[in-house]
Amino acid sequence: MGNVLTIILQRLALGVLTLLIVSIVIFVAVNLLPGDFAQLILGQGATEESVNSIRRDLGLDQPMVARYLTWLGGMLTGDLGSSFAQLNFATNMGGANTVTVLDQILPRLGNTMFLAGVTAVIAVPIAVTLGVLAALYRNTIFDRVANIATLSSISSPEFFMAYVLILVLAVINPIFPSLSNIYDGMALSDRLEKTMLPALTLTLVVTAHMMRMTRASIINLLASPYIEMARLKGMSPMRVIVKHALPNALAPIINVVALNLAYLITGVVVVEVVFVYPGIGQLFVDSVKIRDIPVVQACCLIFAAAYILLNLTADIMSILSNPRLRHPK
Amino acid sequence: MSDQLVKIRNLWLEGRSDETWNPIINGVDLDLKKGEVLGLIGESGAGKSTLGLAAMGFCRDGVRVSKGSVEFDGIDLLNASAAAKRDLLGKRIAYVAQSAAASFNPAHKIIDQHVEGPTQHGVMSKEESEADGMELYRKLRLPNPDEIGFRYPHQVSGGQLQRAMTAMAMACRPDLIIFDEPTTALDVTTQIEVLAAIREIVEEFDTAAIYITHDLAVVAQMADRIKVLLKGDEVETAETRTMLTAPTQEYTKSLWAVRSFERPLKSPVIASAVPVVSVRSVDAAYGKVPVLHDVSFDMHEGRTVAVVGESGSGKSTTARCITGLLPPSAGEILFDGEVMPPSYKRRTKDQLRQVQMIYQMADTALNPRVTVGNIIARPVQFYSGLTGKALRKRVDSLMDQIELPADEYYKRLPSELSGGQKQRIGIARALAAEPKFIICDEVTSALDQLVAEGILRLLARLQDELSLSYMFITHDLATVRAIADEVVVMKEGRVVEQGPKREMFKPPHHPYTDLLLSSVPEMDPDWLTNLLAERGVDNIGDAAVDNM
Repeated sequence: MGNVLTIILQRLALGVLTLLIVSIVIFVAVNLLPGDFAQLILGQGATEESVNSIRRDLGLDQPMVARYLTWLGGMLTGDLGSSFAQLNFATNMGGANTVTVLDQILPRLGNTMFLAGVTAVIAVPIAVTLGVLAALYRNTIFDRVANIATLSSISSPEFFMAYVLILVLAVINPIFPSLSNIYDGMALSDRLEKTMLPALTLTLVVTAHMMRMTRASIINLLASPYIEMARLKGMSPMRVIVKHALPNALAPIINVVALNLAYLITGVVVVEVVFVYPGIGQLFVDSVKIRDIPVVQACCLIFAAAYILLNLTADIMSILSNPRLRHPK
Repeated sequence: MSDQLVKIRNLWLEGRSDETWNPIINGVDLDLKKGEVLGLIGESGAGKSTLGLAAMGFCRDGVRVSKGSVEFDGIDLLNASAAAKRDLLGKRIAYVAQSAAASFNPAHKIIDQHVEGPTQHGVMSKEESEADGMELYRKLRLPNPDEIGFRYPHQVSGGQLQRAMTAMAMACRPDLIIFDEPTTALDVTTQIEVLAAIREIVEEFDTAAIYITHDLAVVAQMADRIKVLLKGDEVETAETRTMLTAPTQEYTKSLWAVRSFERPLKSPVIASAVPVVSVRSVDAAYGKVPVLHDVSFDMHEGRTVAVVGESGSGKSTTARCITGLLPPSAGEILFDGEVMPPSYKRRTKDQLRQVQMIYQMADTALNPRVTVGNIIARPVQFYSGLTGKALRKRVDSLMDQIELPADEYYKRLPSELSGGQKQRIGIARALAAEPKFIICDEVTSALDQLVAEGILRLLARLQDELSLSYMFITHDLATVRAIADEVVVMKEGRVVEQGPKREMFKPPHHPYTDLLLSSVPEMDPDWLTNLLAERGVDNIGDAAVDNM
C-alpha cells in the first residue's frame, strides 16, 4: 500500500499547487473586468473624491499584488471578506451588521450540493446500467434507442428540456412543483419534492456522456483475451460484462462521472434560473452584474476547488480500482 | 457408447477482412478419441487456433463457419443453442490460452477465477472447488499451493500462471482441453516444467486434448497423433512416431529440414586482430536497479556473436549500452579499438553510422504510414547525403540485396507486407547506413520457422558479402547453432560463459549453459520422459535455476 499512499500524496500536493495557480488567474481575471464597484454604486454624478474615498475604504487603491496577498491570506484563514453589495454605506463602514461573503455563499453552496447530490444519485446508476445494457445488447435496437435518446437529451438546450419537463410533469400531470424555491428549515421530503424537476432536467443532461463512456470502455475490453477466456468458460454474457469487463473499465467511467459531477456544481446557472432554485450559480451571476468582487472571486475559487477535488477523487479511485497498484508484487 | 469424442467433418471456416470473406480452414476433418492427445501444428496463419476454437463450437468475431459439422460426444455444436454450448464450455470442454498473463482477468484473484467455472456450472460448491484448486496446484507443483491462488495474476510469474491456467481448465474435470500454444511465450527452462506438468495431469485424469503449437519438438513430447496444417488445408495426419520418422508429404519434410541449416565453421580469429566492437567491464542500471555486472566480450569483423540467456538476463540491455541508448554506469565500449562516448548524443555521425540495429518486432519498428522506399531512403539520405536519382539508385540496390525488387515493393506500406518481408525491410534500413556492425535483437523469434530460416540465410549471405559483424541476441539455441561463430551466455546480468560455438556445444559446460542446452526440446518423442527420469521432476525449470 505504501506506493499507493505516495501516489495519492503526490496528487494532493499537485492539486494544492493547481489551486494556487488558479487563484492567481482568477484574481487577475476578475480585476481585469471593466467597471468599478465604487463607480457603479455612486452613479454617474459621483465626484472623484467620493469614488476615491470608497475605493480607499475597500482597499481598491492598493497595488494588485498587495491585494492578492491580503485576499489569499484571508482565504487561508477562512475569511473570504465582506460582500461589497451588502455593505451599508449610509451608516458606518465595517460595522457589526456587515454580511460576510461566507454568510452569503454557504447556504447557496449547500443548496447546489444538494441538487448535485440528488441528480448524481439518480443519474449515475441510470447511466452505468444503461451503458452496461447497451454494451451487452450492442448494435441491437435497444442500443440504438438508448444512444439516440441520451444523445438528443444532451443536444437540446437545458432550458428547453426544463420547460418540457415542467409542461409534462407540472402542468399536464401536476406531480412536481415547477418552482424550486427551497429555504432553510424545510423538511427533507419537501426539499426533495421541490428539487425533483431541476434534478431530472440535469439527469437528462449528464446521462448521455456517462452512459456512452461506460458502453465504450466495456466494448473496448471485449476483445481482450481474458474476456474470451470467460466466454470459453461458459459464462453468461451478462456475467462476462459485469464480472469480467466492468471492473477493468472502471477507471475511465469514474473519470467521466467526476467530470459530470463537477459540471453539476459549477455549470447549472440556466437550470437554477428556470426553476428559481437558490443555488450558487445564480449568486455568481448576480455578483458579476454588480461587480461584487469578493463574492465573484470566492465563487470562482469554489468552482475551481470543486473541479480539482473531484478530479483528484477520480484519480485516486482509478488508482484504487487497479489491482496492480493496490497489490504490488 | 463409442470412443469418439470430437468429430469434425469437412469444416470450412472464413474470416472477414475489409468486407470480404477469405477462407481460413478448407474442408478439414478431425477425429479425437477419449483420452487422446492430438497435436495440431503449422505456421502462424495456418488456421490452427481457429480450428482449435471451432472444436469448442466457438468462433472469434469476424470468423464464421461456411460449411461442415462439429460434433462433441454426439452433440452437434454448430446447431446447438448458445445456452446449450455455454453449458458444455468450461464444464466438459476447456481452453488453455497462449498468454496466461493476458488471459487471466487482472481484476480478480486467481482462485476466484478458478472456482468460477465449477460454481457457475453447479459442479462443486465454492469451498469444494477452492480445496480442489489447491490440490491441483499441488499436483502441478506450483510453489505454495495453498496460498498462491489468493494472489492477483500480476503477482505470479508467467510459467506459474500458465500452470494455474491449466489447473483452471481442469477445475470441472473436462473431457477435452484445447491447449493453444501454452508454452510459446515462455523461456526454455520454464517451458519444460509447464510441459511436464501438463503432460502429467492430462494423463492422470485421462483428459483428451488438442495441443496447438508451431514447435515440432514440443508437439513430439505431448501428442499421440499429429495433424499438420498449411494455409487452412490438412497436409497429413499420423501417429507421432510415424510422423517424425517417415513424413510422407514434402511440406512436412521441409518443416523437419529447417533445423538442418548451419553455417560452416570459420577459422579462429587471429589473436592480434582488433575487435570491431569490444565491451569492457560494463555495468549498467535502470535508475537505481543494477542490471549489468562486469560484462565483457569482443566481436570481430565478419563474425557473429550470439548472446543467449533467458528473458531478464540483460541481453537487450547490453545492446542498449553498445548503441549508447543507455550509457553504462561503469566500463567502456570500444569501436575499432577506440573508446566511444557512452551516450549516443555525444557520438559523431560516423560513429552512429557504424552501429545499426534490427528489431524483434518488425511490425512496430516500421512507421506504418511511410512507404517502404522512404523507410530505406531516409537513413541513406541522412548518412550519405544522396538525393534524387542517386538516392533512388542506392535504395533500389539495397532492396535487391534483401531480395525484394524495388519496382514491386518501393511504394508499398508496411501493412502490405508479410512478417518476413517486414523484417527484410528492417535489415535494409540497417544496411542503408553502411555499418560494420549490426545488432540483431531476437530478429527471428516472431517469425515462423521457414520464414526465420530465410532471414538467417539472408543475414549470412550479407555477412559474407559485406564482412559485417553481428551481435545476435536470442533465446533460441537452434538459431545459435545455425548462425553463431561465438557464443556468450548471460544470466542475471552477468556473462556466465563465452567461447567459440564448437566448444560451447560440447561438454563440459557451465551448469547454467548445460541447463539451457538440455532444456531445448528435441524431436525425439521420448526426450521429455528421459530427461525427467534423468533429472527428477523437482530439478527442472525454475527450480533447477534456483538450485544452482
